[in-house]
Amino acid sequence: MKILIKNGHVVDPRNKIDGVVDILIENDRIKKVFKKSDVKADREIDAKGKIVAPGFIDMHVHLRQPGYEYKETIETGLRAAAKGGFTGVCPMPNTNPVADRRSDMEFMIGEARRLSLVNLWPVGAVTLKQEGKELTEFGELKKGGAMALSDDGRPITDSQILRRALEYAKKFDLTILAHCQDEGLFCGGCMHEGFISTRLGLAGIPAEAESAEVARDIQLANLTGGKLHFCHISSKKSLDLIREAKKRGSLVTAETCPHYFHLTDAAVLGYNTNAKMNPPLRTREDVEAVKLSLKDGTIDTIATDHAPHSESEKASEFDQAPFGIIGLETSLALSLDLVAEKVLTMSGLVEKMSLAPAKILGLDRGHLSEGAVADITILDPTQQWVVDATKFESKSKNSPFLGWKVKGRATDVFCAGRQVLKDGEIV
Amino acid sequence: MTEIRIQKTEDRERKKTWVRKDLLSVEELSKEEIKLVLDTAESFKEVSSRDVKKVPALRGKTIANLFFEPSTRTRTSFELAAKRLSADIINFSASGSSTSKGESLSDTAKNIEAMHVDTIVMRHPSSGSAEVLSRCVKAGIVNAGDGIHEHPTQGLLDLFTIREKKKNLEGIRVCLVGDILHSRVARSNIWGLVKMGAKVTVCGPPTLIPAKIEELGVEVCYDLDKAVKDQDVLNILRIQLERQRGAFFPSIREYAAEYGISSERLKKAKPDVVIMHPGPVNRGVELSSAVADGKHSVILDQVTNGVAIRMAVLFLTTMVDSDPIRHPEQASVSERVEGSS
Repeated sequence: MKILIKNGHVVDPRNKIDGVVDILIENDRIKKVFKKSDVKADREIDAKGKIVAPGFIDMHVHLRQPGYEYKETIETGLRAAAKGGFTGVCPMPNTNPVADRRSDMEFMIGEARRLSLVNLWPVGAVTLKQEGKELTEFGELKKGGAMALSDDGRPITDSQILRRALEYAKKFDLTILAHCQDEGLFCGGCMHEGFISTRLGLAGIPAEAESAEVARDIQLANLTGGKLHFCHISSKKSLDLIREAKKRGSLVTAETCPHYFHLTDAAVLGYNTNAKMNPPLRTREDVEAVKLSLKDGTIDTIATDHAPHSESEKASEFDQAPFGIIGLETSLALSLDLVAEKVLTMSGLVEKMSLAPAKILGLDRGHLSEGAVADITILDPTQQWVVDATKFESKSKNSPFLGWKVKGRATDVFCAGRQVLKDGEIV
Repeated sequence: MTEIRIQKTEDRERKKTWVRKDLLSVEELSKEEIKLVLDTAESFKEVSSRDVKKVPALRGKTIANLFFEPSTRTRTSFELAAKRLSADIINFSASGSSTSKGESLSDTAKNIEAMHVDTIVMRHPSSGSAEVLSRCVKAGIVNAGDGIHEHPTQGLLDLFTIREKKKNLEGIRVCLVGDILHSRVARSNIWGLVKMGAKVTVCGPPTLIPAKIEELGVEVCYDLDKAVKDQDVLNILRIQLERQRGAFFPSIREYAAEYGISSERLKKAKPDVVIMHPGPVNRGVELSSAVADGKHSVILDQVTNGVAIRMAVLFLTTMVDSDPIRHPEQASVSERVEGSS
């Protein structure tokens, strides 16, 4: 089976392609990348006016299966991913039971294979039951398909445990994805600590709850030489620390999420539980710092922290409602705003959504080299649409962006040469 | 006579100024609305001193007290207020209702509403619960304390009491003392006092002063001996040990020494200073017994005025039903969108 994607504007940061070229897919691989082809193919796709990019990777999602199927399943989550233009996602291990064994990895990957949607690269727990006490079997997890390790949602408070994890993970070349949160400073908070939390009478979480832990983790990464990646960074204070660490040669990497460069804590006004996530939305100054850090490379990748919750859970009192919002289906459009605002070039954005996460995970993806696996996202950067809860593939609707008019959407997604999204609909 | 005066003289004015089925916070009230509540309460205050303590203002209306936190004073005050207005009032408390069986707040409220209750008076441990509830039921909601957010009727009765004792609110110097961080009474007082032109200072241990409180237009002081000096009113907040996570101050003993009002400390204050406390008083902690029972104290006037304020609030919110703006949530939605950009 040969598929020719022609007339599209191909953006491939690794191969420094940024112009109109054609791509020939043969079976699961990219066969050829060339100008003005006259090759015969079984199918031709005219991508005129569209961007053709390496398949996007979201290295931070929650798919909720097993244990919380009422929020999301692997199927609905992967459908949401495909719809959002992603060819691969990394689900975090905070399922029930916690994904801390090889069989948990195998279960998730098996489900994804059966569904034949997009890639699922699971993240295994760092410690048993994410309790922060005993290490999981990193080797077994890796054999089962774990692409990285994390206790996401729960910080590893014992510095010695994190040190051992970073050291031991070196043997398996696994990255530890750190959810930075000083539990003492967090102290039952439910939004950013500032004027708005004072007004609303909600317990605040200071930015230092994140940055204090970032500071510690940089020290541990430097001490051990282990691979450490910072999840969902939200504050200027953390970013200043990460920038400085990178300048000094530290190998740490970092991600942020679209809500941290679009929203401030003012979105919580009216006790909007769809603006409740952890870390919390912060100030205008932090939003600007996130954008600057995307521009200067302090932040390597954009993830979503896609965190589905049921409507009744989010309908409860603000302090009782769970943290988290969904993001897979809005991430691309919200991130394209960065290109419109000239924070990033199109190539820069594509890199942050494909090549960068692949590199952090040690995956040979995120590029369109000849011979590479044909994971490809085609997007229409001009298509305007309105975020509508009834149109989500995700089982949950908890988004603070409902009703937003946005621009840009994935139209076609190929996963190992197999089309999973066609004209914006799941195949 | 009172009801006739309210019905006739003030009816037009009231309908123009008051369009709320809910009282969720003092923050949402304008200066004119606050003044209307205080003036309405003044008319109602006289009712409580009559031999027959009842007017038919809310005859045929049903009010529900929905309390998710233990409360005797506030609940009783609302109950008396409703009864003096001839409304029927029923009491729900969390322990006796189905919330302990996992029913959600909106389910509980909708069930109460299905019995055709006109106004729900709610106290709840979560900040914002009153506002959230007001969006899912048609009945009026009167916030009787939501978490550490606001306690609007307490704020209004404090304003009423200050106005009564000092004849004015404009330019009056008021110091709120104690645990500002966990105090819904403080937030309601600050909003109301600042709107009415009073000068507000908050004084307490630095650990109990919330972030950026000065942006509400108040001064912050950590030293009570300095703070008491030129105040017209000292409103002393209750230390709510049950609300505090972690150590905000080392001991009750040290708290009393640094932030308690004793006769000794009171000598530094103006001779006509008024001492207020929302109750119940931890005697020997926030106030010495001598001060609590002394000539500066207006604590029992606050209790008396509380009934009048709650009569005014129940009257205004329950009688608004023919007025157009029934859904103030629209305001908060647009505010949210603004904040989201």
